Amino acid sequence: MRSFKGYPRPDGKVGARNHVVVMPTVSCANGVAGAIARQVEGVVPLYHGHGCGRGGRDLELHFRALAGLLANPNVAAALLVGLGCEVVKARFLADMAEAGGKPVEHFEIQEVGGSRRAAQKGAAIARSLLETASACERVEASPQDLLLGLKCGGSDSLSGVTANPLVGEVADRVVAAGGTTVLTESTEMIGTSHILERRASDPEVAARVKEMIEAADRRTHEIMGPMASLVIAPGNLEGGMSSIQEKSLGCIAKAGTSPVMQVVDYAETPQATGLVLMDGPGYDTESMTGLAAAGVQVMMFTTGRGNPIGYPVVPVIKIASNTPLFRAMEDDMDVDAEAALDGASLTGAGDALEELLLRVLEGEQTKAELNGQDGIICLYTTNPAF
Amino acid sequence: MEQDVIIINEADNVAVARRDIPAGEEVALPTGGSLTTAADIPRGHKVALVAIAEGGRVIKYGECIGVAGADIGPGDWVHTHNIEAADKP
Repeated sequence: MRSFKGYPRPDGKVGARNHVVVMPTVSCANGVAGAIARQVEGVVPLYHGHGCGRGGRDLELHFRALAGLLANPNVAAALLVGLGCEVVKARFLADMAEAGGKPVEHFEIQEVGGSRRAAQKGAAIARSLLETASACERVEASPQDLLLGLKCGGSDSLSGVTANPLVGEVADRVVAAGGTTVLTESTEMIGTSHILERRASDPEVAARVKEMIEAADRRTHEIMGPMASLVIAPGNLEGGMSSIQEKSLGCIAKAGTSPVMQVVDYAETPQATGLVLMDGPGYDTESMTGLAAAGVQVMMFTTGRGNPIGYPVVPVIKIASNTPLFRAMEDDMDVDAEAALDGASLTGAGDALEELLLRVLEGEQTKAELNGQDGIICLYTTNPAF
Repeated sequence: MEQDVIIINEADNVAVARRDIPAGEEVALPTGGSLTTAADIPRGHKVALVAIAEGGRVIKYGECIGVAGADIGPGDWVHTHNIEAADKP
């Protein structure tokens, strides 16, 4: 895998994009963040529905996820807009983000004197941050700087046969070149624990793999009861999946055959290089936040039914598992895996996807980016709000 | 040339149909040679590449996805009617 040009960050990481973001620290500040983004072209608002009304583990999760998003190397600078009475304070998040050396500004709406004044103040700050960010230029980076997120959503019976093995081929190349890949969605790994444990780099990692997948299986049974077996859904059965192992093997095929080097919690930044498993839900939008907060610069997202979703600040490469879907939703799909594999070896098809990955890292817009698929950020929660 | 079936891993004893393949059709294998289907194989479903005796492991992705609940012949459709969960995969 060749080197690529990316934006250098003060913490030594390298970005594929150079975004200035406006992040509300609580959902009550979404309106002001939106007003700022409407006034200042080029600023990316990171709307979300959280920041207050949570305690314990959820609070920790939210801090980690929001701080992780700010630390994502695709983010050049950030403005945090707080309300004032929330739990997740703008200044706490700013402190966490400033530790990485990025320009980060923050203020609270209650302190500034209402939403109009806050929007005006925020727009001026955002303009200045954009100017600072525009001075950053791409430099030579190595595949060792790359974190690639692996995701599937709206899968069909060919996802595990065409798109996922194709992504797995490129994921293995990223790892071989010294980069990192992050596979998440613990519920989609149920039934494959023995295989992933075998691939673990040491017994401690193997124990973490087992613990994570057992917990996912337990949660599924707690929530769904006798319906838990429908994690392999009727649609999966009709599509030809005969067992939970078969379905999950198709899912983990996105991670190729590399050894598992570490298991991290949701939205946690990997310390290891190579293939890393992240505990987290299969729900697409929450899962993608986990990956973005872990610091991936790009995601590869396979789909069989056709999910058009992207992610703010992280380019998402959409890989259709089948040609009819690619043709039906060509505006949303970057790659037709079924056609790519037709008469070509996995290696040949992998060459083309690897090249696309490098072009996207260097600035080529994905379909999701072109379509402005950057909606609201969803965070994983484990308890109800109060 | 379009492939009719996909073999994911060289250790697999099943292949995946790329299209609905009717019973009795001879299809070319990507590994060379051919196989005649013994049943209708819907797109995305599995066809046995070789005979798998009852209790034998069904291998896809190079891993066991279940055991044969009945004798499976080459070209047979392989699904929940003739696969059982493996106790020790």
